[in-house]
Amino acid sequence: MDWGGILDNTLRGLIGEQFIYFALAAIGLNIHFGYAGLLNFGQAVFMAAGAYGLSIMVVTYDWSFWAGVGMGLIVFPAVLALILGVPTLRLRADYLAIVTIATAEMFRLIARSPRYDWLTGSSDGHGGFATRFYELSPFDPGERYFFGLFIGNQFFVVLVGWAALVVVVTLVWALIRSPWGRVLKAIREDEDAARSLGKNAYFYKMQALMLGGMIGALGGMLRAIGTQSAQPQNFITDVTFFAWVALILGGAGKIMGPVVGAALLYGLINFTDGLLRQLVEEGFISESVMDGTQVGQVRFLLIGVGLVALAALRPQGLFGNKEEMALDDR
Amino acid sequence: MGTLVVLGALLTLWTAPAGAQDDNETVVGGTIRIRAAEPDKENTPVEGVEITISTIDGTEVGTAVTDETGAWRLVLPDGGEYIAELDQSTLPEGVPLRDPERATLDFNINAGSSRNVLFPLGEIVGPESDTIQIVQLTIDGIKLGMIIAMSAIGLSLIYGTTGLVNFAHGEMVTFGAMTAYILSQYGLLGGLIGGDFAIQLIIAGLLTFVLAAVAGGLFNELVWKRLRKRGASLISMLVVSIGFSIMFRYIMLFQFGGRVRRYRDYQIQDTIDLKYFSITPKDIFIIVFSTIILIGVGLALQRTRIGKAMRAVADNRDLAESSGIDVEKVIRTVWIAGGGLAGIGGVLFGLTETVGWEMGFRLLLLMFAGVTLGGLGTAYGALLGSLVVGVFIQTSTLFIPTDMKNVGALLILAVILLIRPQGLLGRAERIG
Repeated sequence: MDWGGILDNTLRGLIGEQFIYFALAAIGLNIHFGYAGLLNFGQAVFMAAGAYGLSIMVVTYDWSFWAGVGMGLIVFPAVLALILGVPTLRLRADYLAIVTIATAEMFRLIARSPRYDWLTGSSDGHGGFATRFYELSPFDPGERYFFGLFIGNQFFVVLVGWAALVVVVTLVWALIRSPWGRVLKAIREDEDAARSLGKNAYFYKMQALMLGGMIGALGGMLRAIGTQSAQPQNFITDVTFFAWVALILGGAGKIMGPVVGAALLYGLINFTDGLLRQLVEEGFISESVMDGTQVGQVRFLLIGVGLVALAALRPQGLFGNKEEMALDDR
Repeated sequence: MGTLVVLGALLTLWTAPAGAQDDNETVVGGTIRIRAAEPDKENTPVEGVEITISTIDGTEVGTAVTDETGAWRLVLPDGGEYIAELDQSTLPEGVPLRDPERATLDFNINAGSSRNVLFPLGEIVGPESDTIQIVQLTIDGIKLGMIIAMSAIGLSLIYGTTGLVNFAHGEMVTFGAMTAYILSQYGLLGGLIGGDFAIQLIIAGLLTFVLAAVAGGLFNELVWKRLRKRGASLISMLVVSIGFSIMFRYIMLFQFGGRVRRYRDYQIQDTIDLKYFSITPKDIFIIVFSTIILIGVGLALQRTRIGKAMRAVADNRDLAESSGIDVEKVIRTVWIAGGGLAGIGGVLFGLTETVGWEMGFRLLLLMFAGVTLGGLGTAYGALLGSLVVGVFIQTSTLFIPTDMKNVGALLILAVILLIRPQGLLGRAERIG
């Protein structure tokens, strides 16, 4: 058994790129659900907006990298939030859930269609849009950094990601303490009461949808940069559920909840993944029970079990405060 | 699919090869014609298509070109195994092969005999709208709508009686399709102990109905009843159902792999050519059978005690409870019936397309569209909405590429929420 390898993998899960992408996606969801009470089950499409916003602008329209970043972070998610929000934000919470999950799938189908190959590169997606980003890297691509956990380019993505996380967390913390954040929480608690005080709930919810979407788009964009590809299958519906598990695990409605949740989630996933792989390779688990490709499927199974267990047994999350915000609130 | 037959141009190879036939020659040949959309009209021959024949080890024997009647023939030196390849670049613009992978075909021929090789042509690309296409697509749409409706009634009634949007409903559909597959492939015991105990698909389907109903009942008993008793909120129940959806989906992937499968029975059928559309016997069966079932469901809701109780609970749970209706019993019945119907829906869906681990999840999004269109929580709304969605999806392929047809259904969803959020048959009330 290669315990060292499993340990490395687990550490990479706790602090590495996957953690960063999903922590950002979950912070976005935290604004949606934790603070505004919006059930967004299409966070994957916001992530895709960030990734494709960048790649379409750079690859298809030949814009500069930074202009692409601007489009992917601001314009694409804002337009998407309008598309999702206008029909649903006046309705009961579950309608938003249905529409978001459907829209995420719809855009994935469009991005995958050969008809729009010229725009999105269909199922192969786009690549080669992040060269400018890696040119800025001060690290040697051939070297390993941070106790040998990351290779040069990877380490650069991780560092930029951490910086982005710090900025986003600070921003969210400041916003939630501000009057804007207090109105948002008031709407979550009792929309009618907030409305009777003259607050336009619809606009606040729309702003929350946009802001959370933009943070999700940042996560998706970093993911596209980190993997150097924007592909439809990177934004399947299950991606949304990963972010949800991260959020609920850490506790919705807490600033650090999604960050801690994402770290734990990817630590756990990488640990079980590595352990199972080792067990299969060493023959402790026979081929008839599980083979190499099935190990990858186990993580999704665990995500499902995790969602069920958390939502049914501990709706406030591992560290959440039931008084402040639990899944069970309404 | 029936659609392709009417839409498509067929490369037809006649039973008697074109041209004079010498008894001693080994001849391969055929005729390439675009089949007319209307059966009584002349088929259009395609001239100038090149077909190259080579031996199995790759030596080229010769190339035949179709003449003005669309016929081609080539004399072969001997019997044996050959490869026929159609040069797709010689096909006219907008007339592709039905399956581009099958431009190359193997065939065996006996010395001194003649034989035909079939290259079916596919859908004509480009606008060719006429009433026939619309009729055909509408029939296909009704079939799809029936399948969506059958699966979605449970979804809508569960929402109506408990307020739960059950995201795991798609997996109940997959469960039905997979169960019927296992039964029809290995039989009741075969799935466990191996060996061939295959059950005919119709019987397997009936067994599946029972098993899926039991599964639905158990799902309610073991999970949802307990959560309701504990006073879990609707949102946490919704998240639980998503968790189960992922869990079931990946258990099925784990068990059956990512490959799609087909049922052993009723797979290959000739289409029956009616004047305005063509249809396979199994599609007729699907439409008739689901009509009977759906009428049965409608009558049960309208006439029987438990059906009336279901509608009462869906309409106003508190009022129903205070009038002495056993709400838990109603909910149990809804889960059992909804589970069974979803299972049957899965079998029919698997029969028209393929059985795969993700099929239910794909159908779930269409069910959502149908149920929301008809009015979330109403039984008849689910029916009507699903039919509209099914017909819309199929007829929309007149204007948008087939691989994006589901996008149209999801667009309906957004539009209906904008203009009539309570759905076609829902009661107008503030639901925000």
